[in-house]
Amino acid sequence: MELFTNQILAGIATGAIYACMALAVVMIYQAIDHLNFAQGEMAMFSTFISWQLMQWGVPYWGAFVLTLAFSFVAGIAIERLLFKPLAKAPILTNVAGFIALYAIINSVAGLIWDFTIKEYPTPFGSSPFLGSQLISTHQAGMIGVTIVLLVLLYLFFQFTKVGLAMRAAASLPESARLVGINTSWMIALGWGMAAAIGSIAGMMIAPVVFLEPNMMGGVLIYGFAAAVLGGLTSPFGAVIGGFLVGIFENLAGTYIPGVGNELKLPIALALIITVLVVKPAGLFGRPTVKRV
Amino acid sequence: MSAVQEIVTEAPAVEAVPKRAMTLGTGTSLVMLAVLIVAPLFVKNFIIFQLTMLLIYALAVLALNILTGGSGQFSLGQSAFYAVGAYTSAILMEHGGINYALTLPVSGLVCFAFGYLFGQPALRLSGVYLALATFALATAMPQLLKLDYFEKWTGGVQGLVVTKPDAPFGLPMSQDMWLYYFTLAVSIAIYIFSVNLLKSRSGRAFMAIRDNEIAASAMGIDVAMYKTLAFGVSAGITGVAGGLGAIAVQFVAPDGYTITLAISLFLGMVVGGVGWLPGSIVGSAFIIFVPNIAENISKGLSGAVFGVLLFVVIFLVPHGARQIAMLAEQLAGKLRRN
Repeated sequence: MELFTNQILAGIATGAIYACMALAVVMIYQAIDHLNFAQGEMAMFSTFISWQLMQWGVPYWGAFVLTLAFSFVAGIAIERLLFKPLAKAPILTNVAGFIALYAIINSVAGLIWDFTIKEYPTPFGSSPFLGSQLISTHQAGMIGVTIVLLVLLYLFFQFTKVGLAMRAAASLPESARLVGINTSWMIALGWGMAAAIGSIAGMMIAPVVFLEPNMMGGVLIYGFAAAVLGGLTSPFGAVIGGFLVGIFENLAGTYIPGVGNELKLPIALALIITVLVVKPAGLFGRPTVKRV
Repeated sequence: MSAVQEIVTEAPAVEAVPKRAMTLGTGTSLVMLAVLIVAPLFVKNFIIFQLTMLLIYALAVLALNILTGGSGQFSLGQSAFYAVGAYTSAILMEHGGINYALTLPVSGLVCFAFGYLFGQPALRLSGVYLALATFALATAMPQLLKLDYFEKWTGGVQGLVVTKPDAPFGLPMSQDMWLYYFTLAVSIAIYIFSVNLLKSRSGRAFMAIRDNEIAASAMGIDVAMYKTLAFGVSAGITGVAGGLGAIAVQFVAPDGYTITLAISLFLGMVVGGVGWLPGSIVGSAFIIFVPNIAENISKGLSGAVFGVLLFVVIFLVPHGARQIAMLAEQLAGKLRRN
């Protein structure tokens, strides 16, 4: 029993990483209706920026705020320069664009900061949290940050005019335009916010997985899986999905014989697919009704 | 967010391509064929090998094109089918001592069955959910091939070495050249099969499902049957391509069939034009040669150069090579009228 609770705790700790990433994934999905494959690389690049700032002597929280601002602007710039011209292109062409962006960012980061693994500081310390060896204060801090983000996002989308306009632009673009919403800029804003949230995720994850250009590869996959599991339309679902995926993964690694680290990912994905077969819109997503 | 259910008009993720626009005219096809037959006579063995790989990847892209462009289902798992085909051929040749040409139909059938079975649970999923499911398959496959349990057959992490066949009947040509013509013959057969498939009743059913699933089922099309059939056919062709790939590369190993391969095949399909079968060879050329070109331009930034080149292509021709072919056709039509 103790093993079980410990594995759940460890799962929650890793799940916090996925939850963070899944939140960023859902954000951009809300704004642009696609999954952005380059999201992890954008977050990685932002994290490197903050690392560079700290190397230059900027204190942690100063670097944090500057990185947020940089990511927000960079996200908008990427949308305006690269994806606005593709707005009328087929969806699959857009997906190819994400893959191209992925290749570019990964390669440029590798050239600037090379592929050696770097330590990344945490503002929360890394001592055991509440006497448990399985969750460190950093991981607890990360869960806290994720929850704060979620609340802020909820407030933003529920109670601000811009949030309402963004929701309108995402769900019914034509009608939104008719009531005077600049839908094109709402999409850019979505990109900026997703990039900023991604950068927070990156800065929270980096102390755990260490900083290097490929750090997000695995995390993004779990982030996608978490977002899809929770339902792509629900930020709350994404966070829950993140924790669930973390727990699934740990329990599968412990209790299913023959599952080493290698098979953890396929098993977690298989479980998620099983859930989706039963509930195709995800656990907390709204089912869509289709008409001919 | 409102509690009312969201009602959307089903917009197909893959644009509707009319049946006739999916293939080339007879004249153009014959010219293409002549080029492919004559090409290897003038180049070195290594380039012949690359041309062989060009045809093999073109087959794999074609298979994805039937699935996505034909039936509107998206797959990031093609590398798994490719791997199963490659391993089936390699194991039959090395452990079973069976002639390489005979292993290909077996690979095709095994993958058809595999794809058909995989298509069953995939029926409930569409769009990003299907992408995730197929993606899971692609990430799981290399790990499964590495399992100790199968090591006796698969060679584990090390993989298997495959012997390259000689030209039969004492034909005076190098192994590479023979393999090229052999691949070309298989590719032509599969291409003709695919064109005919899409022109047939089944092909029309695929396209009806792609354009509007609900309307298709209202017209009496067995949606579940045709969707899984599309998966099976696509997997089968990919399996044959995988088998050919194993023979050409003379080696199979789990790490040769990662998700990167599936992504490459996807890019090949987009660059060639989704739903345009002849574009498969253009897409295949893109995924084989452009990474090399990028490497030559800058070693350290090869990924960035590749990304930029890809952006250039999708900015210029968002609909892939099909767009160029259509422009050429319009131009030719105009000239004829003048």
